[in-house]
Amino acid sequence: MSKQFLLDGQPVPFEDGQSILEAARKAGHYIPSLCWHKDFPAHGSCKLCIVKAAGRHVSACATPAKEGWEVESNTPEMNGERRGLLQMLFVEGNHFCPSCEKSGNCELQALGYEYEMLTSRFRHFYPDRPVDASHPDVLLDFNRCIFCELCVRASRDVDGKSVFALTGRGINKHLVVNAESGRLADTDFSKDDLAAHICPVGVILHKGPGFAVPIGERTYDTASIRSQKLKEEES
Amino acid sequence: MHTQPPTPCSALDGILQHHGHRPTELLQILINAQQLEGWLPAPTLTYLAQALRLPRARVEGVAGFYSFLYTRPAGRFRVLFSDNITDRMLGNAELMDALCRKLWIEPGKLSEDGLVSIDATSCTGLCDQGPAMLVNGRAIGQLNHRRINEIAELIRQQRPLAQWPSEYFHIDDNIRRRDALLNLDMKPGAALASAIARGRAGWLAEMQASNLRGRGGAGFATAVKWSSARNAPGEPKVIVCNADEGEPGTFKDRVLLNTYADLVFEGMTLAAWAVGASEGFLYLRGEYSHLLPQLEAVLARRRAEGLLGMRILHEQGFDFDIRIHLGAGAYVCGEESALIESLEGKRGTPRIRPPFPVTCGYLGRPTVVNNVETLAKTCLIALQGGEAFAATGTAQSAGTKLLSISGDCAAPGIYEYPFGVSIARVLEDCGASDTQAVQVGGASGICLAGYEFQRRIAYEDVPTAGAFMIFDGTRDLFEVARSFVHFFAHESCGFCTPCRVGTALLKGFMDKLADGHGAQADLADIDWLDRLLKNASHCGLGSAAPNPVIDTLQKFRPAYERRLVSLDFEPAFDLDAALAEARQLTARDDPGAHLQTHEEGTP
Repeated sequence: MSKQFLLDGQPVPFEDGQSILEAARKAGHYIPSLCWHKDFPAHGSCKLCIVKAAGRHVSACATPAKEGWEVESNTPEMNGERRGLLQMLFVEGNHFCPSCEKSGNCELQALGYEYEMLTSRFRHFYPDRPVDASHPDVLLDFNRCIFCELCVRASRDVDGKSVFALTGRGINKHLVVNAESGRLADTDFSKDDLAAHICPVGVILHKGPGFAVPIGERTYDTASIRSQKLKEEES
Repeated sequence: MHTQPPTPCSALDGILQHHGHRPTELLQILINAQQLEGWLPAPTLTYLAQALRLPRARVEGVAGFYSFLYTRPAGRFRVLFSDNITDRMLGNAELMDALCRKLWIEPGKLSEDGLVSIDATSCTGLCDQGPAMLVNGRAIGQLNHRRINEIAELIRQQRPLAQWPSEYFHIDDNIRRRDALLNLDMKPGAALASAIARGRAGWLAEMQASNLRGRGGAGFATAVKWSSARNAPGEPKVIVCNADEGEPGTFKDRVLLNTYADLVFEGMTLAAWAVGASEGFLYLRGEYSHLLPQLEAVLARRRAEGLLGMRILHEQGFDFDIRIHLGAGAYVCGEESALIESLEGKRGTPRIRPPFPVTCGYLGRPTVVNNVETLAKTCLIALQGGEAFAATGTAQSAGTKLLSISGDCAAPGIYEYPFGVSIARVLEDCGASDTQAVQVGGASGICLAGYEFQRRIAYEDVPTAGAFMIFDGTRDLFEVARSFVHFFAHESCGFCTPCRVGTALLKGFMDKLADGHGAQADLADIDWLDRLLKNASHCGLGSAAPNPVIDTLQKFRPAYERRLVSLDFEPAFDLDAALAEARQLTARDDPGAHLQTHEEGTP
């Protein structure tokens, strides 16, 4: 018989070593995430997957499930904390959805809707980092970065290029590319890299035809991120 | 644009050679490379990345993480004023302002001739002899206007640091009360000989009997840590002494390393004997780099005496040596997994735990990370036995504790007490009067009000890594909390959302209150942020960051409330402040150039 824990009162089976988040999604329960990706080890930076396990706050992506645990996730308390974390991410960067090509395909925006974020609540930081449009195929808007490091990890671990890295510290942390000039065009980045297709928000944007799919008909316009992510899990 | 001379490649090659071209030495290499030109020009980073076969972006990532590494031009004289609350109470702001005016520069900016830059930095661990500063990494204490005048003159004359008066760099131990540890006069090697005679298992049993707990504040049982590492698979095992003493208000490790270095290194060797480790690191915070030459000399002497190296004290199979690894201004590296990342030449970002360092630490090997004081104490246990050690202190806190006492008292310095001593007793001994509050354990610790002074220093009551900052009746506890909030925002590594953004938001709210724009709604938001930081942060830095605010809001709420201008809401946007640039451009600061933002009149 397989082991199980209780997620909001529902039994969830798991295998040894599986995280709370993986087990939950496999069993058809959605725990939100931004920095987690099924093909990479847990990162644990965005903290949206925060749950209460045995009374303690933990990241569901980085915490191995334990037999008999009672885990709270879809509760007003946890969802309130998630909304707060989303508000933090929104005020930290420049996220003007109506003018962003990623609108409708953006996981941050989709989670804003999912967790009923109606205001940004806090003062905005308005970062002022120049856009890098040097590369022929791809444009970088550093002001939308949420520091999930998916591009860093994909480029390093899959593409074998290490095009991206983070520098600075605290609120001044920011993304840099692997060139003395600081320009993407001077790296060996290619639009076919995994790193070019992994950004959950609107930092790494492809040039060429924009708005090919009209806003309103995009991934998260037609169905919630909750149902989309669970559907991905099934397929 | 500055035109830079070509990077001296031969000098860089020498540095790379010295560090064996090892990528794990990246931080050390960057620290050395910076000494060439006072900062790290972009071509230097490119050159080092190529030589180490690392992605350039990774090298840039590391260089950008540490406060004492500069990727933009810095002055030939880099002056950093220590900015702990105790420095502030001794008037550091006024002194910094005076030095800036004398040298015609603004804080945080480089003078036009590239001669000097002046800025503030986190607590440099000279709280007992502040206000303090670092000049090109060298610590100077006991600043006053006379000394500032002289320093301004020395900088203007471009006098090399080596020619500055040597008394500037004199640092006192200020030991005020000695107990078991500070009274110990041990012949180097005596503790080791005793532990070797007991055998590895016998020595570990002695440690278990002692009930020694970690002196870094968390209080984990040292013997448990050691035996976990001993039993964990993987070789060679590693002993790390955590001398990244960054907690504001703490300076006991500075004194131990200055005067009791043999005890510390002997403690590391005792740990190696118990664990079966062969490699040791002392992670020394950059602020204490003035101790480096004398510490290297102690290591060399111990090697010559057969207390380090191969076959220590002629014991077959007991090989252990210690290297010193410098930090470069990052408080978060005091967190053990961040410290290990830094040892590996990376950004000091705390790891996901588990796995814990005892099973998977430095380069994936079993690694023990112990505090300086913890390791020194093991000498006492080796010499006098575990039971004798366990018999002192309290039931759950065996032995003594070093306190770093600073702030409003007659005799700041180091005090060693058996665990269980009351706050009131300590205050009496150091000559504090009219004490309003004591911050025990530094910024991340606890703020105690008068009615709590009967509480005791012990893991079961008030645990502490040793900081003890005293505030008398004239001090404003809101400003104390605000300075700690600034500290955490500056030191957040930025890995997780709650700490990266939350500490910056909290700083914004505290500044809004300080500027006289606070409202009741802000206190509710502060409360909410405090809770989220506590619950959701990735490591102890984020979860401790709201402590000073939580404590002072609860115990000194009037200090906040008297700053509020409104009982409900005030916008964060300050129209008058937004006009500051326009006023500067037009060189106007008359009343007509200001907006009256509170026409009704404020209380």
